[in-house]
Amino acid sequence: MTEVWTFAEQRQGILNEVSFELLNRGKKLAEKLNSPLTSVILGYHIRKEDVDELISRGADKVYVVDDKHLENFLVEPYARVLVSLLDEYNPHIFIAAATTLGRTLMPYVAIRKKTGLTADCTALDIEEGTNNLLQTRPAIGGNILATIKTPNIRPQMATVRPHSTKSALPDRNRKGEVIYKEYDDEILKSRTKFIKFIKDESQQVTVQDAKIVVSAGRGIGRKEKFKMINELAETLGGAVGASRDVVDRGWKTYPHQIGLSGKTISPSLYIANGISGSIQHIAGIQTSENIIAINKDPDAQIFKLANLSIVGDLHEIVPLLIERIKEYMARKAKK
Amino acid sequence: MKIIVPIKQVPETSNVKMDEETGTMIREGVESIINPLDLYAIETAIRLKEQFCGEVTVISMGPSKAIEAVKEAIAMGCNKGILLSDRKFAGSDTWATSYVISQCIKKMGDFDLILCGERATDGDTAQVGPGIASFLDLSLSTFTSKIAKVGKDSIQVKRLVEGGYELLDMELPAVLTVVKEISNPRLPTLKGKLKAKEIKIPIWGPQNIDARDDYLGLKGSPTRVVKIFSQKISREGEKFIVRDEDDLNEATDKIIDYLILKELI
Repeated sequence: MTEVWTFAEQRQGILNEVSFELLNRGKKLAEKLNSPLTSVILGYHIRKEDVDELISRGADKVYVVDDKHLENFLVEPYARVLVSLLDEYNPHIFIAAATTLGRTLMPYVAIRKKTGLTADCTALDIEEGTNNLLQTRPAIGGNILATIKTPNIRPQMATVRPHSTKSALPDRNRKGEVIYKEYDDEILKSRTKFIKFIKDESQQVTVQDAKIVVSAGRGIGRKEKFKMINELAETLGGAVGASRDVVDRGWKTYPHQIGLSGKTISPSLYIANGISGSIQHIAGIQTSENIIAINKDPDAQIFKLANLSIVGDLHEIVPLLIERIKEYMARKAKK
Repeated sequence: MKIIVPIKQVPETSNVKMDEETGTMIREGVESIINPLDLYAIETAIRLKEQFCGEVTVISMGPSKAIEAVKEAIAMGCNKGILLSDRKFAGSDTWATSYVISQCIKKMGDFDLILCGERATDGDTAQVGPGIASFLDLSLSTFTSKIAKVGKDSIQVKRLVEGGYELLDMELPAVLTVVKEISNPRLPTLKGKLKAKEIKIPIWGPQNIDARDDYLGLKGSPTRVVKIFSQKISREGEKFIVRDEDDLNEATDKIIDYLILKELI
């Protein structure tokens, strides 16, 4: 039977929201193919609530591999387990998130399966007649889109850009099958040891995960001025981003860098402050749902991409904006 | 320490202009450069070589003019290079590319480390580094931001992930793909440039790497491009110009109204 599989990603034992986005994508594909939707989850002490959640969000079946060796992501055991599962069940489609994990694990697996893999897709569909998976992704800095397929080999594999679709909604009445699988040490061994995770305290919310990203470029003027960007981000419950220029000057660290040589993001809202909008920067933000740009230069490239463009001095606008948003939120809380 | 650095030649895009009509990149007159993210891998390799002795071999797969990229890496301080270039390689996707590069590495003999850029700025797949590790059955760290310790048979690395870093102990040989944070690439030196001018770069085809014909080029590539189309990047949103203090208030109101309308606050 043709199955559609999604990879349910967990980090430090917490199921990542992106797993529900994949179920939303997978559900649409499975409906078109009239085939079941399956999630695969690997980890240690996987919580039953999480497995149930996958079912309530659309999985008809969940394969669970729970083992001490899979507590943290290590590419060798994760890849061997997946290859064994894929060999055994032969799904037609297998998608994972284009996170640091997905973009490491999926290429390792695709090579072993001698199958095609399309990176960082923003749209997936089924080709009429052939039932092939059509995988669309931005290419060459995001200026063009390419649709790619794997016509002759199964599974067809893709990583999907986080936040490029909404999460599947839960339906607590849904029923599904849970299948526990076990593997021996030959499969679970690794030549890499996980020592520890070091949290980056400057990223309370990470730019990849955040629904709102507030970013600044050279127009911010100096490092100290980032305080207001941090404050605006905090007020909105968002993360702080930075242009390459600002990172190269040491005003913000590399994990905050947005664009072709930094992170590609797709938040609900992106606020660009004093960012001119180079091709490289635009490549990293263009699938954002809403973009607001503030820049002194009326001809700044970023305005071409913005839903709302404010030509003005960010040093005047941002502090006032923070004040007004706080007022609005206080009023709203009272109601 | 023997280090191999696979690199890619890509179009220089930092000054690229867009065709306003079609929304595509104007490619004419665009120079070819070493993929900017590969420079961090080259720099890391040269530093390791300087610290622990050994040699750095740079390899590239591409058309014959990609020899310029190999020579530039040598001018920076790599010891030698190989160019993988043959008509049969043309049209390779990431699977076939990973195959060719890993076959080449098998032919090159013993090594300790393979260092790759995180991804190339043109294809942007980030799949070839992990692909090489998979073909050669090696341990892999992607998004590597620091080499913390180097032992005799092991290496400790930090990798940049969502929300922080992971610290890993890896057996050698291993494959690392690296991010910008790891190093600050040097410029080629005059001495290096002279060496690059003199050095002979072997050009290898399928016969030099014992490659299977049916694994090469389009024939060996599982994926097919169905279509390529441009997207208009313009959103044609409202533009408001702040000229005085009243405008300032209005601008802020506009932003807040927009946030409310889109249910963002």
